[in-house]
This record gives sequence, structure tokens and C-alpha cells, in this order.
Amino acid sequence: MAHPVLSVRNLTIAFGRHVIIQNLSFDVPAGNCLAVIGPNGSGKTVLLKALLKLIPYEGEIQWSRDARLGYVPQKIAADRQLPLSLRDMLAAKASFLKLPSREIDQICAEIGLTQDLLSTSIGHLSGGQFQKALIAFALLGQPNVLLFDEPTASLDELTEERVYELLHSLQRSRGMTVILVSHDVSVVYRYADMVLCLSKGKPCMGPPKEILTPAMLEDLYSAPPKYYRHVEDRQKGS
Amino acid sequence: MAGGQALLVLLALLFALAAGLVGCFALMKRMVLASDVISHLALPGLGIAYLLKFNPLIGGAATLFLGTLLVWQLQKKTGLAADASIGVVFASALAIGAAVTPREDLIEALFGELRSISLLGFFLGLVATLLVVLSVILLKDRLALSVFSPDLAEATGVNVARVNLIYFLVFSLTVLVGLRFMGTLLASALIILPAATARHLTEKLSHFLLVSSAISLVSVLAGFVLNALVLRLSTVGPTIIIFSALLFALSFLKRTT
Repeated sequence: MAHPVLSVRNLTIAFGRHVIIQNLSFDVPAGNCLAVIGPNGSGKTVLLKALLKLIPYEGEIQWSRDARLGYVPQKIAADRQLPLSLRDMLAAKASFLKLPSREIDQICAEIGLTQDLLSTSIGHLSGGQFQKALIAFALLGQPNVLLFDEPTASLDELTEERVYELLHSLQRSRGMTVILVSHDVSVVYRYADMVLCLSKGKPCMGPPKEILTPAMLEDLYSAPPKYYRHVEDRQKGS
Repeated sequence: MAGGQALLVLLALLFALAAGLVGCFALMKRMVLASDVISHLALPGLGIAYLLKFNPLIGGAATLFLGTLLVWQLQKKTGLAADASIGVVFASALAIGAAVTPREDLIEALFGELRSISLLGFFLGLVATLLVVLSVILLKDRLALSVFSPDLAEATGVNVARVNLIYFLVFSLTVLVGLRFMGTLLASALIILPAATARHLTEKLSHFLLVSSAISLVSVLAGFVLNALVLRLSTVGPTIIIFSALLFALSFLKRTT
């Protein structure tokens, strides 16, 4: 097994007396894609924010020394009316990290953001373009670990498919480690090497084929297996 | 025009430049209400200084910076949505200021005055203005990132709380420079109005900063000229703000948003 890029030991996150995650331990090997699933309120976004050290936690979160993190949030509460063009946004990060400005053009070319879009106000970008912009933002600085929090929430199916294809090709071409929060079980099944299930009971982790069984999903989401039939079908087909 | 008055006009123009830059981020951070509160925080200090007969700017600066730290703590602990708390600070500062300021000095404290300034006063104002302009230029990227998304900014390595504190202090310093001729009621108006006007005309950050500063400079210059030639009021603040508001109204004719 590749060396772990991330080791989490006895992680506990609580807001006041409300415990969200308790005594969670897991490792993520370098180059792997870990999907985090679980019902609403199970702490998926909270886990990502703790991994980024954005919120207080107890326990140990240990990134390998060479880990450079990129983060694509679930949604941006930013005012879309801000007088910021896409280039302004990317240039601010590049300037803060003292990166050469050509890196902006390289990344945008790689993920299909045109020069026209770069000079467009962020408020005028479509949902898919905005999501690509966030991915470009995350890729600045050559990260080797990407954390995605439901990167396709509120996108139509076709755009969602394109975004996941983009993520997958980036992961393969750059050999990146990906930690992905997703509600879409079929996406998790297709792209993840390992799945971490967060639930009110005991969290579990394993390869998608072992974790994404109808019985497990029914238990996790408290919903009948018919909603996850495609998973069963995939398992039969594999 | 006497030398002291010329220095006052020059300092007013420097204030305009700083206000135009600072206002852009105040608008982007949606802290227009907080801005108003910050400028009013000077009033109790001005009042106490008038009452005890010492330099009003020292009193104003003391309560301004103490109050700024209070507003920053409120924002840090509760977020700007806690406008009720900010409203309480605003009302309290205004009430304390009105209670302690001698009646004959209240109008000057609220709307500023047109008295000439000393060379020392000018140089202190010049240093403060340069500090404000330099801070905004150096903080531009951090501010843009934290305005866009505090989480993304933090994940990028920006200390958002520290950037907010520095910004609040820079804002207060700008208000302090403008206090003499704009007063506590109108100093923050010149920070907000040119930025609001520029927002209608631009879509890019660099243009936004440039246009806002230019509008602010034009407003102050036109305010002084109009006041000297036409209105002849004892303070120039209202004329500057009326002209600035007029430009804001005109900007609707060519808005891009």
C-alpha cells in the first residue's frame, strides 16, 4: 500500500454539546480517491473543514510533509454581484502564493476555461462555469491533494457528468489524492478507491464493492434499496 | 487662500483618495452599516475632548480605535449578520456623544469644520493617508480572497480574522483623517458613496478601485469649489456629500450591473 498522505486518529468534532463526529480514525494512501458518504447532518462537510483546519477539533489530523491541499467547497456564499472577474479571483490567489501569472493560463487551458471567461465577472458565470472556476482556483499552486465537497451540487446532470470526468482525468494525469464528499452513489462507485461512511452509528470504511451494498445503504440512509438499484445492478454486472 | 486652508484642501484630497480605495472593500464586505457605526464611534471622544478642552482629534481617535476593536470582536464572534448588536453600538455611541458634547460644538463634531490646519496636522494626516493607501495595496489580494469566500481564503492560508482587524483599523484611520472637515456623520458617507457609484460602472477589481478613487477626488474637489463659490456653508462636508450623491444618481444612467 502507498504511504498515507493523511492519517486521522481519534478525531472528535463537536459544536457545543452536539457531537458531530466521534473517535474517527482512518488513513488515505497517496494517489487514492476516498469518497465520504452519509446522510444529511452526518458531518461530511464538517470533516472536510476539520481536515483543512478551518474548525476546531480534538484528536490528530496528520498530513504528510509534502501534502499541498486544494479545496473545492460545496457552495460559495459569496455575493455574485462582487466586482471581481474570474481572473481577479485567480490572480488574487496566485499573487498571495507568489505564483507566476502564467500558471493561471495553464490551468484554465487544462480545464477548458477560455480567455473570454477569464475576463467575465464571476456573477455572470453559469453554474458549470463557476464550478470549473472553483476547480481552477483549487488547482493553483500545484496541489497534490484535492478536497471536493459535493462539487456538482445544483448542477444539471450533463454538467455534473463533465465535472466528474474532469476530476477523474485530473486525478489520473496528475496522480493526485482526492477526498470527495458526494451524495451520488453511482459516482462514488465509479471513481472511488475507498468509501468512508459517516452515520450516527459506527462509521465504516472499505472498497466501494464491500461498502455500497443495498443493505448497507438502506441502513445508512434509512431508505429502501430501490433508490440504489443501480448499485445492485452494477454489482451484478461486475 | 491662506496657507492653512490650502493644506486643509490638500489633506481633504488625500482623504478622498484613501476613502475611495477603502470604500471599495467596505462595499464588497457588505459592511456599510458597520462603516457608519465606526465613524460615529468618534463622537463620544470628540465630545469629551470639547468638554475637557483638549485636542478633539485625540479624543476622537481614542474612542474610534477602541470602538473599532469592539465592532471587530462583534463581527468575529457573531458575523456581520448580527446587525442588531452593531445597531446597539451605533445608538450608544451617538447617545453618549450627544450627551457629553457641549451644544455649541455638537454641529462641528457631527458635520466637520472649515478651519485651517497646522503644518504638523497636515503631515500627520499625510502619514495616515499614505499608511491607508499602502495597507490597501498590500492587503488587496487577501481582502479580495476573504470577501469572495472566508473558507477558501483560510484554506489558501489567509488569516481572515487578522485581515479583517487590519482593515477595520485602516478604515478607522481613514475616518480619522476625514473627521476634521466631514464630521462623524459624513466621514463614512464619502467612503461608501464613491464606491457605490463605481460599482455601477465597473466589473473588475482594478477598475473598481481606480474609478472609486477618481470619483471620490472629484467629489471633494467639486465640493470645495461649489461651497466656496455658491453655497458658502460653514462646513464643506454636506456639499461634498450632495455632489457625491448626485454622481451616484447619474451612475444609474450607465450602470453595468
